[in-house]
Amino acid sequence: MAQTLELWIAALLTFMIFSFLYKDNPFYKFAEHLFVGVSAAYWMVIGIWSTLMPNLVARLWPSSVSGFINMPEDAQPEYHFIIPAIFGILMLTRLVERISWLSRWAMAFVIGFAAGTNFTRYLQSDFVGQIYNSMYPIIVKADGGFALGATISSIVLIVGVICALIYFFFSKEHTGAFGAASRLGIWFLMVTFGAAFGYTVMARISLLTGRIQFLGSWLASIF
Amino acid sequence: MRVQIPLIITFIVGIALIVAIFVPHDPFHRMNEEFSVYFDLIAVFAFILGGGNLLKIHGNRISRRSRDWKYSIVTVVGFLTMLIVGAFKIGGPPGLTGDVTAEGSWFKFMYDSVFVSCQATMFSLLAFFVASASYRAFRAKTKEATLLLIAAFIILIGRTPLGHYMTGWLPQQLEFLHIPNLSNWILSIPNMAGQRAIMIGIALGIISTSLKLILGIERSYLGGEGK
Repeated sequence: MAQTLELWIAALLTFMIFSFLYKDNPFYKFAEHLFVGVSAAYWMVIGIWSTLMPNLVARLWPSSVSGFINMPEDAQPEYHFIIPAIFGILMLTRLVERISWLSRWAMAFVIGFAAGTNFTRYLQSDFVGQIYNSMYPIIVKADGGFALGATISSIVLIVGVICALIYFFFSKEHTGAFGAASRLGIWFLMVTFGAAFGYTVMARISLLTGRIQFLGSWLASIF
Repeated sequence: MRVQIPLIITFIVGIALIVAIFVPHDPFHRMNEEFSVYFDLIAVFAFILGGGNLLKIHGNRISRRSRDWKYSIVTVVGFLTMLIVGAFKIGGPPGLTGDVTAEGSWFKFMYDSVFVSCQATMFSLLAFFVASASYRAFRAKTKEATLLLIAAFIILIGRTPLGHYMTGWLPQQLEFLHIPNLSNWILSIPNMAGQRAIMIGIALGIISTSLKLILGIERSYLGGEGK
């Protein structure tokens, strides 16, 4: 019974959203607004049960959650978790206009954390990591002989990285040899965007196929 | 107090996390781990703030009978139903002690029937808009647009059985022109070159922005008063 009801609700909502292809209409608006409400509550609930209860309430007040969260019997309160609790409450002051400026303190922590972690993470994995991965022999030998295909690929890759980086370099005017390299960089970037575009089209079409298959299974359940 | 304290908090947290990479011992190592948990916890409060804001905005719309206010009732009812069912683990076999997303629970039922179906359909709707965007993009007006067109076309064809059928007859010597091989080469060489340059550019941007934030040079997150 529950499975049939689930199938019918999902099928009706799917039709309601697809009706937007004709034009904006009350059915689409209904599904859209329902989705907004349900998804906001979904992430809240997941956050409460997967993070807030085990990492805040259980650590500050272990005995309060002993009935419904697996905790060691002799768990002691960790009072330093009062810090994120205070920051969290400060975050909620955003809803009260008179004291909304206090939410900046919580935002400051979030920004500081993001800046601190991203500074080293991007320096290591993206900046140094990508340069390191581009440093390899241009002339490639395989089975004791010269590998033409692999050598061409290596040259194209290194020239591509350098030229595309030149395109992003705005401290010098893009004229002469520098401008030519920059134009070549644009071509490499266009190939990258084309590949990304092709992948996006494929991903969306596979999602559409999935929904059409779902509607097929719903129709099969009726007849 | 409105400007200086947030700047001090950002500086201390940012510097502590950078130092933790170079000094991977206590107290910095522990601070790194604890700050990560703090961040997750504050993110949950941000979700709660989002829910509160949603209720405030749609509540205002309903009370003022603004345009499309009836749909706001749908949002509020959907939000409160999902929230109450999930937060109090109402309905289904697991009860208060079990997993909120357990099979058979009301929360899972609402997730599968409303959330999953709406999300998948919304994204699949984009296939139609991508088709219309393709029509505009796939007009080879300039050299750059032609390159984009050719790359996208080879990737699309090369990843489907059509690519195999179209060029499967090519002899061994011309195997590199076989569309799936060409598609793989584009992805792993010129596409990779462009992606690397983009990633290096993004990394430089993030590093400099992070440094500006930590040192208090970039203050836009504080709003107008931070300037």
